[in-house]
Amino acid sequence: MNTTSTIAPPRPGTLGTDASRPDGVAKVQGGFAFSSDMWAENMLWGATLRSPHPYARIVSIDTTAAWKIAGVEAIITAEDVPGQATYGLIMQDQPVFARVGDTVRYTGEPVAAVAADHPETCKRALAAIRVEYEVLQPVLDPEHCIDGTAPRIHPEGNVLRHQRIISGDADITGDVVVEGVYEVGMQDQAFLGLEAALALPDPGGTGVELYIATQWLHEDRKQIAACLGLPEEKVRLVLGGVGGAFGAREDISLQVHTCLLALRTSRPVRIAYGREESFYGHVHRHPAKIWMRHHADRTGRLVKVESRMVFDGGAYCSTSPAVLINAITHTQGPYKCDNAVVEGWALRTNNPPCGAMRGFGVVQACFAHESQMDKLASACGVDPVQVRLLNAMQTGDRLITGQIVDSVAPVAECIRETAAIPLPPDMESDPNVLDLPGGSGRTADRHHIKRGIGWGVSIKNLMYSEGFDDYSTARCRIDDGVVTLKFATAEVGQGFVMLAQQIARTVLGVDEVLLDTIDTQVGSAGSSSASRQTWMSGGAVDAACRAVRDELLGIVASENGLDPARLTIDGTDIVEVGGSFRRAVVEAARGKRLDETREYHHQPTEDLDENGQGNCHVAFAFVAHRAVVDVDTELGLVKVVQVATAQDVGRVLNPKSCVGQVEGGIAQGLGLAVMEEIIVKDGRVRNPSFTDYLLPTFLDAPQVDVVFVEEFEPKSPLGAKGVGEPPCISVTPAIANAIRQATGRDLPRVPVRPSDICL
Amino acid sequence: MTVLTPKTVDELDRILAESPDHTILSGGTDLMVEVNLHGRRPKAIVSLRSVDELHAWTAEDEQVTIGAAVPYATMESGELATLLPALAEAARTVGSPQIRAAGTLGGNLGTCSPAGDGLPVLSALEATIHVRGNGKSRDVRFADFMVGVKRNALLPGEFVHSVSIPRIDGWQGYAKVGTRNAMVIANASTCLVRDRSKGQVRVALGAVGPTILRCPDAESWLEANADLRSSTPPSDDTRSEFARLVSLASRPIDDHRSTAEYRRHAVGVLARRLLERSYQ
Amino acid sequence: MSTPSGIGSENYSLTVNGRTHDVKDSWIGESLLYVLRERLGLPGAKGACEQGECGSCTVIVDGSAVCSCLVLAASVVDTSIVTVEGLGEGGQLSDVQQAFLDCGGVQCGFCTPGFIVAVHHLLESVPDPDDHQIREALSGNICRCTGYGRILEAVQQVAVARRSK
Repeated sequence: MNTTSTIAPPRPGTLGTDASRPDGVAKVQGGFAFSSDMWAENMLWGATLRSPHPYARIVSIDTTAAWKIAGVEAIITAEDVPGQATYGLIMQDQPVFARVGDTVRYTGEPVAAVAADHPETCKRALAAIRVEYEVLQPVLDPEHCIDGTAPRIHPEGNVLRHQRIISGDADITGDVVVEGVYEVGMQDQAFLGLEAALALPDPGGTGVELYIATQWLHEDRKQIAACLGLPEEKVRLVLGGVGGAFGAREDISLQVHTCLLALRTSRPVRIAYGREESFYGHVHRHPAKIWMRHHADRTGRLVKVESRMVFDGGAYCSTSPAVLINAITHTQGPYKCDNAVVEGWALRTNNPPCGAMRGFGVVQACFAHESQMDKLASACGVDPVQVRLLNAMQTGDRLITGQIVDSVAPVAECIRETAAIPLPPDMESDPNVLDLPGGSGRTADRHHIKRGIGWGVSIKNLMYSEGFDDYSTARCRIDDGVVTLKFATAEVGQGFVMLAQQIARTVLGVDEVLLDTIDTQVGSAGSSSASRQTWMSGGAVDAACRAVRDELLGIVASENGLDPARLTIDGTDIVEVGGSFRRAVVEAARGKRLDETREYHHQPTEDLDENGQGNCHVAFAFVAHRAVVDVDTELGLVKVVQVATAQDVGRVLNPKSCVGQVEGGIAQGLGLAVMEEIIVKDGRVRNPSFTDYLLPTFLDAPQVDVVFVEEFEPKSPLGAKGVGEPPCISVTPAIANAIRQATGRDLPRVPVRPSDICL
Repeated sequence: MTVLTPKTVDELDRILAESPDHTILSGGTDLMVEVNLHGRRPKAIVSLRSVDELHAWTAEDEQVTIGAAVPYATMESGELATLLPALAEAARTVGSPQIRAAGTLGGNLGTCSPAGDGLPVLSALEATIHVRGNGKSRDVRFADFMVGVKRNALLPGEFVHSVSIPRIDGWQGYAKVGTRNAMVIANASTCLVRDRSKGQVRVALGAVGPTILRCPDAESWLEANADLRSSTPPSDDTRSEFARLVSLASRPIDDHRSTAEYRRHAVGVLARRLLERSYQ
Repeated sequence: MSTPSGIGSENYSLTVNGRTHDVKDSWIGESLLYVLRERLGLPGAKGACEQGECGSCTVIVDGSAVCSCLVLAASVVDTSIVTVEGLGEGGQLSDVQQAFLDCGGVQCGFCTPGFIVAVHHLLESVPDPDDHQIREALSGNICRCTGYGRILEAVQQVAVARRSK
């Protein structure tokens, strides 16, 4: 059958187009207000005093000398916390301030805070506070929390989560067995927009308004209100511009401190962290040690996977239990595997607290399983692509938790599309020095370089898991023809504000869509994390807009004696299907006031039982990466030349935005592969600065070639999957595998250091 | 106003002679980090911004003289780069373009960090530091100027006026190792000078000792075992032995950036590669 | 703006984007970044590291692109300072600003002002940069969100458009 149809391109600004960002002009002009740009009349500056020890009892705190400094208006400690003394996302185990008589549990733990008239005055006041510590022996090795030799460093104990997964036949073996112990170092989110908040106290101290850069306004509010001893309605949060998040803003950092100082002084207070403080002030990616063993038949087909994963959660719980579950439930990777024995631990130590970072446990598991897949390929004498294709998961396959993967699962297609992307040309005979590893440092000439190619493929869950109902809310209004959206979805740079407008334009047939302030005056949107906002907040906006649309169509129908079932939106008009009625939406909505708020919930999920069985995840996305890396084998320096990737996205809602997420995620995965690590020695951070915590620069960024695999995801409200996390997950082992190919080195640890390659 | 901006070297000299505790501000790339992050609280600042003489450089037959306040960006390209290619190569690796627009040789000398990018070049080319202060001037060889980690030979009231770098008939080059491809503090750096007419080689190492290190044993061994005037490169074995001796001259430490073992290995590799390059 | 009690009082004037601004009762150690943001109502330049390692604070001083966090504010009297707020004519976007938007070069936007200033400076010095020159000239500007790909495209787009004028 032949059909010819002309499909009109989507209207500019609707779903599927490169719509422009509503905050873009302000951002390029420098007028966009990040939380650190916020200012109020009569404002004071706040600053935090932090523990220099990883584990110590506080004997006394003497603020007398600090009070004598002119310009100091407030000094607060644990005694000044009127409500709950602790907070936390899963366990409320983290003190607002460490208390006299109790212990500090990590280097950098807050002990006090001051408010003063100038940031320099704050620095001097902090230096004048005398804290007497009784230094204790820190617990630094998470293994000691497993074998019981470590003393309990918190009343809630040192085991944050322990979970097994037993699936299928635990005793089965394969003809081919490969194993390894893999380590992932502590990565930092290192968003550029440093932590900052501005708190405005209500007269009489009965409430407070907080301008804050965060990922989840309502969750912040819940914890802040509890610590302030105020009802939630009295704590109003407004999203201040967010300069990147990547998981580091899921936990409370300066929120309660800022509010306390404002309420104490009855003046607006701004706290703004510097870079060093930022490294101490937020959680990091969990360092992990993962033993994995794969059993396969001689063709490379997986028979069983075994693993033992140890995640160092640091001093406080944060989201460690959930990170661990993510890691162990993704042990098998995007591959069919019927049998598994996995054990995972998340432990409490006196190392820096760890929590959410883009990838959320799957980064660590993926580094291990993709390193293993290359070992397996080699042991079977099979190509690394071939072994992955052989085992590639499909819709309907089962995870080792027993959950059926009912998402679209185009794993093989992602691999094939990636393989089809042309390799970069060989290095020129007289290359530009900037193309060589070492760059302008001129460390190498062309004949010192070897090139390697490596692969990584991953699966990543979307949304929250284990029974968590992380719904989202959105409100759509039409007022005299003008559409306004309101939501609490934290725009952290990913472009949700742009997507929301695209949805409204598509559903309602309008071009102009206004956005109301992002604050707590509407229901919760859940966290901007877990690659969930397109699905969840997109779903909520979509639902609210549809509700308004249906109401409008109903009104237009009754006003014009039409059957509402025959009315639809065509472009920017309301038309009667098969009839002659046509009126511009904006015209039809004049003089009318419609207002609908909708929640969007995903399907419920389950807890895992003691064998790790249960439908604990909502949905999954897949991606393949191929990395081409040039290596100076004598000096161990590396240049990632190209990353090719095909990503399962369901549906591209904004092409440039999708590419941006992919390129940005790849840069972060590259950072973990070769340069980013928080170096902790004896519980102390050795490199809390950009001089020594190295982020990829323009000269480190590879050429990125992307293909989007668009297989419409029927479970998703818009057919689209979250795009944010997959790009940073399997690129890391792809780069490691490429370096391994070029050098023959084992490289069980990331970030790979030069000495790992050449000594 | 506690930021003084002298217009002449004499004025600068007078100010510092009277008040040696005044802080000199050149490019600000070291001083401001101290103020922003390490609690430095300057009481009085003397800015070099308007002392034109310090922003100038001149080329004579035997040497190039660079004023203390000439920014690294000026050394990176153009005529100065043609005259002093190793210095240009080092300048190109200093921080970022923004840092290079402000940072100066005088500042590098004032701070005297073993990782200072320009310093191995000054060492290998045997530069002379022109010091002024207290109404007098004196010349200090680079080797005598840098006395320890972040310690130089300036006396109270003294400042660096300029640096004179001898021109050589031969080849000079610089290489620096860091863990990413831009904006790195050296884990190890090497400057090699092959003076063809004198048949000499000079090697200076950065970031592998408390000061910039020369490698006298490696230098004299190579001079005795290779014809440094010729255009035929020495053998593989000769180059390897040279590299080994350079490594032996290094005194690196372990720190959060790298290990002593790696640094020792790296300077040997760099020295060998620079020697090879000097014959291309 | 707030006065640091007991810390001292520097008074001076700065010329920023063609206008003269008086700074009163300031602390001597204040960087140009701090003074622009907290005293002169020009919060465009951003601080992300305070040590010249990220470029978010890039401004032009007497024609050079520098990190304003490393400039002692009181030392740049009698210079001409240009910030991101001074680019573009009469509130209109410059071609560089427009290109960043068109190419998807803006996500969180925190690095954006520093990049915009650095790109303007690059194209003034090197009107037709190749990719290597672009990357090296911008190697002091860190972006954590975009991975630089869309930014490269934006700069290329502007260079091509200016060439064809």
